[in-house]
Amino acid sequence: MMHLPILPILLPLLAGILLLLLRPLGLQVQRMVGFAAAFALLMLVVWLFDSALAGQRQVYALGNWPAPFGITLVFDQLAALMLLVTAILAVGALWYAIVTKIDAQGSHFHVLFQMQLFGLNGAFLTGDAFNLFVFFEVLLLASYSLLLHGGGKERTAAGLHYVVVNLVGSTVFLFALGALYGALGTLNIADMAAKVAELPAEREGLVMAAGLLLLLVFGLKAAMFPLYLWLPAAYARTSAPVAALFAIMTKVGVYAIIRVHGTVFGEDAGSLAYFYAPWLLGLGLITLLLAALGVLAAFRLRFQVAYLVLASVAMLLIAVGLHSETGLAAALYYLVHSTLLAGGLFLLADVIVRGRGAYADRFDPGMRLPHHALLGGLFMLAAVAALGLPPLSGFFGKLWILQAALEHPWRWAVLATVLISSALLLIALARSGSVLFYKVKDRSDAADPVLPTRIPAFGLSLVAVLWLLAAVPLLVVLAHPVAEVMQQIAAQTLDTAGYRAAVFDPAVGGK
Amino acid sequence: MELLIALSIGVLVACGVYLVLRASTFPVVMGLTLLSYATNLFLFAMGRLAIGVPAIVRPDAAGYADPLPQALVLTAIVIAFGMTAFAIVLALKARGETGSDHVDGKDVPPSPLAGEGLGMGGKSS
Repeated sequence: MMHLPILPILLPLLAGILLLLLRPLGLQVQRMVGFAAAFALLMLVVWLFDSALAGQRQVYALGNWPAPFGITLVFDQLAALMLLVTAILAVGALWYAIVTKIDAQGSHFHVLFQMQLFGLNGAFLTGDAFNLFVFFEVLLLASYSLLLHGGGKERTAAGLHYVVVNLVGSTVFLFALGALYGALGTLNIADMAAKVAELPAEREGLVMAAGLLLLLVFGLKAAMFPLYLWLPAAYARTSAPVAALFAIMTKVGVYAIIRVHGTVFGEDAGSLAYFYAPWLLGLGLITLLLAALGVLAAFRLRFQVAYLVLASVAMLLIAVGLHSETGLAAALYYLVHSTLLAGGLFLLADVIVRGRGAYADRFDPGMRLPHHALLGGLFMLAAVAALGLPPLSGFFGKLWILQAALEHPWRWAVLATVLISSALLLIALARSGSVLFYKVKDRSDAADPVLPTRIPAFGLSLVAVLWLLAAVPLLVVLAHPVAEVMQQIAAQTLDTAGYRAAVFDPAVGGK
Repeated sequence: MELLIALSIGVLVACGVYLVLRASTFPVVMGLTLLSYATNLFLFAMGRLAIGVPAIVRPDAAGYADPLPQALVLTAIVIAFGMTAFAIVLALKARGETGSDHVDGKDVPPSPLAGEGLGMGGKSS
């Protein structure tokens, strides 16, 4: 029981190393081991999630050095939720990559996939700001290579932008950490929160500037306005399973804001308490409007889905920016919904693209798709969920966020922006759905490029799509218990005094 | 010493930002390198500057330098090395695939710096 919190980090790391050694045995062996590792991670995380809901935070001191001298891992309900969403997404994406043979387009796909999970899980579990930077670099380096997997001119150009932007972000991250260390003398998140609470007034400016620099970095990862311009091209041009896995990457930024800013600049932080919230809310509103315009302006399906990811991140930034317990609980519900939905949408878009032959994902009227009724139905289901129309989970998420916004002084701005952007999304998705599925040409038109009569590995690839899209009806059917769990998680996350007590005295955290 | 360190960090950041904002890959990679040097110096300085005091325990030491920033800089250097190497390889790959060293893969007239050892635009592949 004691060593449990480190297992989600060790499992992908060891699996990655094993996969590297298994390379001479061929791709089939790598596929089996890689998928088994991802599935084992899912089982482990489900079990851990269950134990996290029942118990209290578990603090793991690496090398048995007590905080604040050593690096600590903090396993609490929020971290458990993020691990669970990541593992579900990873199983779906990896299955899709295997059945469509996308993993055969380049070397080391399975190793990189496990390393990506290693970085993600580490970032969710760490309780130390510098360690967060290290895990960010681990997941970014894996993501650079995964993004470029398969190669191609467009992918390389988009990848170059992604890499350079994130390297600049890493530099800013280090500057922020250095300034925080200089002002506070520590980088342990719990210890930083304790030091901010008794900060002399003359250092407040420095700490605030460092906090805003950190917000800039996390905003860059989360694709917050004006730092989102790298996202659409990078997500639209990479391969589908990688894009699906990347649905969690923007949420890592949102998670880091909740974790670091929510703990360090929480309610005990005196005059710095929640200073970042208005920034988050304002920039979230602008991001949402621009994302809606992007969805409207997109002329290719993959770009449209990438802008939908941006819109969902904007909703999360708004919900976190409300800095209320209801807002955070609504944000977590929306996070689960939007991450799994975005993953499913990227995979679904790829199935549609493979069925359209030379038309690919351009919004040009093509010929009727194979399995058009099933694909069209799934597209409509996903679109309704992404828009936030009743009766699917997007509606509950958005409604809950709007309800939380009613207690905030900016309620009219939030209501207006969310509703206007939803209307824009509705127009855009109605257009793309009708172009893709209704405006079909006659099959006998010989001048057109040939349409595939069947989609290779259709049934098997649909399993992955359904696996991820199943979250949409499940979150509706189980809306009440899920909402209660989210409220419990939000309450524990906002209890920063409890977080500090657990880190400094692991006995308080309970076993 | 403080002024000198502050000035060097400032100059490195200014040059790094200028180079990163240029539109061809080689100056961008150079800019990223300069920025990472600046962050390493900055992290190091955040542990307070001191001359001749040890960072490890010594019985006759009068005082100690903060060892943590040195550990942080060490980690940051390793990560920056790896990332810079990756960025260079990616820049070469982009040059090979798109046929130009413009960051968008566009054809651009040779930059005024080409031929002075700063741009790659003038050379043929």
